[in-house]
Amino acid sequence: MKAKALVPLALFLVLVAFLAIGLTRDPHEVPSPLIDKPAPDFKLTQLQAPDKSLALKDMKGQVWLLNVWASWCVACREEHSVLLDLAQRKLLPVIGLNYKDQREDGLAWLKASGNPYTISIADSDGRVGIDYGVYGVPESFLIDRTGRIRYKQIGPVTEKVLNEVLIPKIQELQHAS
Amino acid sequence: MIPELGQIALILALCVALVMGVLPLIGAHQGNAALMMVARPAARCLFGFVMLAFMCLTYSFIVNDFSVLYVASHSNTALPLYYRITAVWGSHEGSLLLWALLLSGWILAVSFSFRLPETFVARVLAVLGLVSTGFLAFVLFTSNPFERLLPAPLEGQDLNPLLQDPGMIIHPPMLYMGYVGFSVAFAFAIAALLSGRLDAAWARWSRPWTLAAWAFLTVGITLGSGWAYHVLGWGGWWFWDPVENASFMPWLVGTALIHSLSVTEKRGAFRSWTVLLAIGAFSLSLLGTFLVRSGVLTSVHAFAVDPRRGVFILALLVFVIGGSLLLFAWRAAKLSGGGSFDVISRDTALLTNNMLLAVVAASVLLGTLYPLALDALNLGKISVGPPYFEAIFVPLMTPVVVLMAAAPFLRWKGHPLPPFLRKVLPGLVASLIVGSLVAWAMGALSWRSALGLALAFWVLIASAMLLRERLAERPSTSYFTRLRGIPLAWWGMWFAHLGIGFFIIGVTMVKSLEASADVKMQVGETTTMAGYSFVLRSVEDVHGPNYTASRARVELKRDGIPISTLYPEKRIYTADQTPTTNASIDTGLFRDVYVSLGDPVANDGWIVRLYYKPFVSWIWFGSMMMAFGGMLAAMDKRYRRLAERHAAKAAAAVAAA
Amino acid sequence: MRVEAFKHGLLMLLMTIALSSHAATQPGDAALDAQVIRITSNLRCLVCQNQSIAESTADLANDLRRQVREQLQAGKTDKEIVDFMVTRYGDFVLYDPPLKAITLLLWMGPFALMVLAIGSFAWTSQQRKKQPSARLNDTDRARAKELLNTHDDASEVHS
Repeated sequence: MKAKALVPLALFLVLVAFLAIGLTRDPHEVPSPLIDKPAPDFKLTQLQAPDKSLALKDMKGQVWLLNVWASWCVACREEHSVLLDLAQRKLLPVIGLNYKDQREDGLAWLKASGNPYTISIADSDGRVGIDYGVYGVPESFLIDRTGRIRYKQIGPVTEKVLNEVLIPKIQELQHAS
Repeated sequence: MIPELGQIALILALCVALVMGVLPLIGAHQGNAALMMVARPAARCLFGFVMLAFMCLTYSFIVNDFSVLYVASHSNTALPLYYRITAVWGSHEGSLLLWALLLSGWILAVSFSFRLPETFVARVLAVLGLVSTGFLAFVLFTSNPFERLLPAPLEGQDLNPLLQDPGMIIHPPMLYMGYVGFSVAFAFAIAALLSGRLDAAWARWSRPWTLAAWAFLTVGITLGSGWAYHVLGWGGWWFWDPVENASFMPWLVGTALIHSLSVTEKRGAFRSWTVLLAIGAFSLSLLGTFLVRSGVLTSVHAFAVDPRRGVFILALLVFVIGGSLLLFAWRAAKLSGGGSFDVISRDTALLTNNMLLAVVAASVLLGTLYPLALDALNLGKISVGPPYFEAIFVPLMTPVVVLMAAAPFLRWKGHPLPPFLRKVLPGLVASLIVGSLVAWAMGALSWRSALGLALAFWVLIASAMLLRERLAERPSTSYFTRLRGIPLAWWGMWFAHLGIGFFIIGVTMVKSLEASADVKMQVGETTTMAGYSFVLRSVEDVHGPNYTASRARVELKRDGIPISTLYPEKRIYTADQTPTTNASIDTGLFRDVYVSLGDPVANDGWIVRLYYKPFVSWIWFGSMMMAFGGMLAAMDKRYRRLAERHAAKAAAAVAAA
Repeated sequence: MRVEAFKHGLLMLLMTIALSSHAATQPGDAALDAQVIRITSNLRCLVCQNQSIAESTADLANDLRRQVREQLQAGKTDKEIVDFMVTRYGDFVLYDPPLKAITLLLWMGPFALMVLAIGSFAWTSQQRKKQPSARLNDTDRARAKELLNTHDDASEVHS
């Protein structure tokens, strides 16, 4: 057996290794380039109080969660009870970004199924969503005291994600001065 | 009852395939004729059982048997009969069964090949039997189309609306005929490796099978491209999508293979390379199956995903490809040798092109899998799309096309350079001039359009010169006799190469002259583009058998004269509420005008997409011509006669011994 | 990359030519349309994933097309617009992957392969010319030696 003749087999085995790892990955998930970067600035009106607004700088100094949601979003229903649970623990402010929604629809949805948000802000034309690189709702951003994005959850926050990822990260960020 | 019958037929088919994969192999190894004799009848049985299973599934679709999960998920009573039949291969499970059916069809055809030595046939059928075993096991264990759904729902869901298109009726069978057809070339190569005899005869036997498979694959890819053009509504015909690449890679390697086989047949040279290509073409077909069905890559065409399937096909890949490459490594030492040749010779030209085609295929593979590899190494996610593939493809394929048209003028083994240059240089120069002039006259003079047209004209001019040279060979006879005297294999080559010329014209023209516009139109409004005016006359609601649609009436005019009326639709299929765009196209020899209807906007307005696509149909015409060439060459009697003579010789030798 | 700049220039040129007649009828708007299409057709839509932002009918693609249009109107350059997308969605949105350390193999691979293929082909042909045939037993070899002394074409004997 000549060594040269083994080259095709070797190349093939490398390929198989990559394919095998590929099987364990989700090709739909696109990691955000915003991790560890300053959160994009925004100033939006509040959903419940349209005369008041909320800006990024209002959240400076605290660890908080930005949750992107919409009344038309089916997957948001999946995480709703988890968010309500999180709100009850009063760990951190949860700001809802009501993404590309009608104000009445958003309010009706909160009224019907409970409001986990400290404040919700209305991003009716989706511009803030674009700034945050939102491509599928729901998405959640964990932002630290200095205003940097530390973690992004793409898709619903499940109980598992909450307990095993989010809460440890929140505690870690809150303890860091 | 019928689904159970199909189920049993499939199980029996698996058993037969296993027997066919094992016994003849042992027989061939030990010289046991009785065991080898199992192969042919087993092949026919296999086909019978798979056919029966396929018919059972088709029957379940026809009678709307929603107690079968696969039928209930992909068909409903409102679906017209012809789409209920094609829905059989509309999704993963059924298309896999179609794959198995076509594979057993090729096996059946091989089993009727009496011109080859018995040992060789036994080995070929055994290899094919093992491949079948793998696929049938895959169907039965991970993707059973006969799985029941009890209690049966009253109504089924729907066939993917994108697949409810006439192009979809024949695209998958043709594509699979190609993919699966390469399994025959593969089996021939493995059988030859097993026997240790890879000679000119092996190459000659392989050629017609490989050519036929290649022609089917060409038709399949062409239909797929035409389908995307008609159905996806973006006016594109090739997207370098992973699934398209998955079909294009075996095509490239298959193209290299049919040329390499001719070198091996005529000159006995580069046998290990030819064997590697034969393994490669089928391996890439299998890899394509994996990419489409495992969900490792996202694609507009991908099937629904189940991780178990990915693992199973990966195991199958390791077994089939890994096994054959191991065998190759073991036997490679026996494969060197062959006639020597000069730098300027047809041998060199063909093999250079072979190398380049393989490099292109490898590059497409690299581009397709690079994002996957980076992700696997946690280096981030990137996309590799059309800009990359075009940047790689054009510079690599340009020399291939130049050489392709020049190679037939060269003699095997060696050719003096000056007379060759005297022959081809005028044509090359002429095509450069004509190409640039035409590009300039069309108002699209650019580096790229001039190069594309020059290449195309070079192919056309060279083809004409080649035919003239061929006809000059026997000056004393009539033209008709001379035309008839040319073997089909030569005609096949001629047509296929000419088809590439037409194809390049189409691509270059579309790329350099196409125009498009995305406009908001009110009913009654007129828009102009590329010299055409479009009047949106009305938008009405229409009802199809299983969809409702908004259908626009767009009047197409040129210089104020009405040319035709187009009816683009936006359909909503009732069963799953998916919207689709059905473009309406005014097809012409020199241009297509393509209109697709977007979303409604306020006040009776609509988003309308307009495309002007010059020479776009030449792309498919050229490709079909290539496939036609492949078929002609596959039918050349020479292969059969030579094979017959060889078999007779072998028989005589056996008798003498 | 130079190729890149060249390609863009070429495309612009083609677009201008192809749409020159069109532009005359709808000044400004059509040229802007063409620019939007040119930029967005090399950007990957994130929702549908295998369509470009130009082709996709998804809501997000619509918004992003609007973004590109507004930024063009505001006089932003192509590079600024592409950078805007990359800072939000990462390199994933680029159908034309930029040349950097991790894509070196991607961009160089095909040409490296070509050099390798041509090189090994040339080398093998050289070897083939030197060696008459690889499959020889001792008697064959002796015979070949004999023939080699008289014939140039010894390899033909075994082919």
